[in-house]
Amino acid sequence: MRSTRLSDRAFRTGLVLGGVVVSVLLIAIFLSLLLSSRPALVKNGLRFLTGTEWNPVTDTFHALPFVAGTLLTSFVALIIATILSLALSVLMGEYFKKGVFANIMRTAVELLAGIPSVVYGFIGLFFLAPLIRLLQEAVGAPPYGVSILTASILLAFMILPYSASIGREMISLVPSDLKEAALSLGATPSETVWKVTLPYARSGILGGILLSLGRAMGETMAVTMVIGNANDLTPNILGPGNTMASLIANEFSEASGDVYLASLIEIALLLFIISTLINVVGKIIVNRMAQAS
Amino acid sequence: MNQGKPVLDAAIRARLRGDGAFRGLVLGLSLVATVPLLFILLFIIIRGASSINWQFLTELPRPMGETGGGISNAIIGTIILIIVATIISVPLGVFAGIFLAESGKTRLGTVARLSVETLMGIPSIVIGIVAYVWVVRPLKQFSGFSGGLALAMIMLPVITLSTEETLLMIPVSLREAALALGVTYPRMIMKVILPSGLSGIITGILLAVARGAGETAPLLFTAFGTPFMNLNILKPMASLPQTIFVYATSPYPELQTLAWGAAFVLLVIVLALNIVTKLVTSRWKIQF
Amino acid sequence: MKISRIAVAAIILTVAAGLGFSQSVQLVGAGATFPAPFYTKVFDEYNKQFGVQVNFQAIGSGGGQTQLKGKTVDFGASDVIVTDEVAKSFPAPFVSIPMVAGAAVITYNLPGSPELKLTPDIVADMFLGTIKRWNDSRIAALNPTVKLPNTAITVVHRSDGSGTTAVFSDYLSKVSDNWKSKVGVGQSLSWPVGVGGKGNPGVAGLVKQLPGAVGYVELIYALQNSMPYAQLKNKSGNFVKPSLASTTAAANVTIPDDVTKVSLTDTEAADGYPISTFTWILIYKEQSYDNKAQAKADAMVKLLWWLTHDAQQYAQPLSYATLPPAVVAKAETLIKSITFNGTPLMK
Repeated sequence: MRSTRLSDRAFRTGLVLGGVVVSVLLIAIFLSLLLSSRPALVKNGLRFLTGTEWNPVTDTFHALPFVAGTLLTSFVALIIATILSLALSVLMGEYFKKGVFANIMRTAVELLAGIPSVVYGFIGLFFLAPLIRLLQEAVGAPPYGVSILTASILLAFMILPYSASIGREMISLVPSDLKEAALSLGATPSETVWKVTLPYARSGILGGILLSLGRAMGETMAVTMVIGNANDLTPNILGPGNTMASLIANEFSEASGDVYLASLIEIALLLFIISTLINVVGKIIVNRMAQAS
Repeated sequence: MNQGKPVLDAAIRARLRGDGAFRGLVLGLSLVATVPLLFILLFIIIRGASSINWQFLTELPRPMGETGGGISNAIIGTIILIIVATIISVPLGVFAGIFLAESGKTRLGTVARLSVETLMGIPSIVIGIVAYVWVVRPLKQFSGFSGGLALAMIMLPVITLSTEETLLMIPVSLREAALALGVTYPRMIMKVILPSGLSGIITGILLAVARGAGETAPLLFTAFGTPFMNLNILKPMASLPQTIFVYATSPYPELQTLAWGAAFVLLVIVLALNIVTKLVTSRWKIQF
Repeated sequence: MKISRIAVAAIILTVAAGLGFSQSVQLVGAGATFPAPFYTKVFDEYNKQFGVQVNFQAIGSGGGQTQLKGKTVDFGASDVIVTDEVAKSFPAPFVSIPMVAGAAVITYNLPGSPELKLTPDIVADMFLGTIKRWNDSRIAALNPTVKLPNTAITVVHRSDGSGTTAVFSDYLSKVSDNWKSKVGVGQSLSWPVGVGGKGNPGVAGLVKQLPGAVGYVELIYALQNSMPYAQLKNKSGNFVKPSLASTTAAANVTIPDDVTKVSLTDTEAADGYPISTFTWILIYKEQSYDNKAQAKADAMVKLLWWLTHDAQQYAQPLSYATLPPAVVAKAETLIKSITFNGTPLMK
């Protein structure tokens, strides 16, 4: 009997250890980033967040152009993805809940999620960039093809599945008696969706948007292949730009000089903090919606 | 009452038209969202499948600018990296998932779940930097191991959360029956609960593998790449995503063709995993 | 759970096999994409002839220096001269051994792929963004027989730390005060216009893709991809086409004692191409560090000797200029100075 109690306790300890390890892992990651970026934190100071120059030659490292690029690409991607994913959520949550067509759509969206980032970048470089070039020529902008817009469109398709599945879940949480009440009062299905379902699920959808934003901000490969890699601060979505993740991918393996490398790690730390914050807020909103129903 | 079609007044007809238009809009936008997928898949299949031949699958890359060669080292490299990542992440992930399912509401459980969910959202390139700082810098060596570790950290939260979710769906009656029969706690978990949730757990693992196999960013400064076949995880290793990245952005048509082929192989692996996941779920799932 | 036991056994065997797999000596290097076609070719030959695997990853000169500094690679490759100041930040003294000389050409994407004549000030202004269209009067004046389209000039530069950039900007700073004051010299620059590609292949890839693009790449990248490149007016006033011959001419200069300090840009040679450069391999002088086996250090030195002698035959087919005899002599001295625990590895 004693041996089973020992193995019992050992097992439970093992489980607790599992929980401890994952918690410690997160803290370790954060601390590593913090410690490794210390030389940069010290040297760059607050100017890191407000300055606009990234110049390894003069050891000047400012993050603003890349924060701006990250936010710009993510927001544009978000706008596109939200419109498309709302359509998908409504389609699969209201109009085609079952059946062959529903399955096809659902599978298609899941497959979209499975395509690796680098493959998106590959396709973007060869197909999307020439199309954007035509657009740029049409409006008189420099016809790079690679641009913030190109990256945003790719990002939109990459976060679409995630956004659509959360949206579908939120819409399915809307109590059917609410919807049926509206229908029985003579509302058309689309009016029900527009005036009852979506407003009800509004906060959950907002949470889903935030979670997708977190996803978009961290995407690296597809973005770095089509964004043009220009390190200036620019709000021009038809021009080239750069994001935090793409910058790291470009310059990490060659960053000599302690401050240079530490600055790149500081960018990684910043990315970590921003995406974590957005994810946490998004999760809270989504959970609250799920609990309310 | 009138016989035949009811006469509706103009306002209602307008609303019905609006209803149809809305439906059309939703359908149209949904197609805009999903038709590109078809396009991507078709394109990679057409371009990529034509590159696949025996030479492609078994030969090593040729020097820059020369024709011929293959991506055998990248295929093997990806397989080895995934094996390493799986060895590290599956035991830890499953155990952490069991812990969350069992003690999720405790203080440590809440902290752990928050940690795992945060880990899930960390961009993969940040994970790559961490693996560089933890393994590559101290060992003064790029290695398949550091790449595998980075992939493991990416796969871990997926496995943990899906294990927890699966186990939470198993009815309490199963546990209580086992305990009532005198089965010890460890045995109950390992021999009764886990097997019942096996399909869900395997699903989680396969999905995590699919995600890990496609990651490029963390491998750039950990596994590093090599033009040779390398089975030694303590040395640099090639991988499919990195090969695609390097070849796709090069100007050489031969390398771009190889990249399409590699993209095809990677896509086949990832999609096959997703489809197998579906089959596993539908066939093995124990219904309660 | 028999399946799991078999799986575990298989996994352990795989990993063990990988770890214990007794492979021949492996050397790892990283750096410049400028000479990468040459390096990948000769390392492939070296493996065939001697069974030694040399894994070279072309990540840019900046990457080569950084990884050597971090001792994560056995050697670095760089097209840019490492200044004394930068060298001081390395943990130990290292030598820079020249390998071949190459040319950075101005390549572009125009219909019909015409061969253009350009002058230094035009090139500087194109990359500064002051000349915006291909049919600009200055370009047209030099190329009266070419039908230049009204396309916008899209500048493609490097997004990573690049020796090619350093050489190119070194040249532009010598020939254009405007460039010198606005942008300057360096591996990573604050480019006024344009998009960035990763490595020489990235720049070539983008130029090939974007109509109206202009970029700077090593000659072989333009040749292997059938891309047009410009004749450049050199210091003597001649329009020189980048080629093996003109690079060799530029490389035939009096070498200072420290062969790593020689810059070939804006060459005095009458028929020399003005954006030429040597490219170097960097390696620590004292090879016994981090428990490095003597066998490995031996292999490294043998490789360097082979590269500067027998491997030179592979340079010219790829349009890289071989090292002039005076440079080879200096390289030999440097190689002989590499030691293991104080003793030179090659006598």
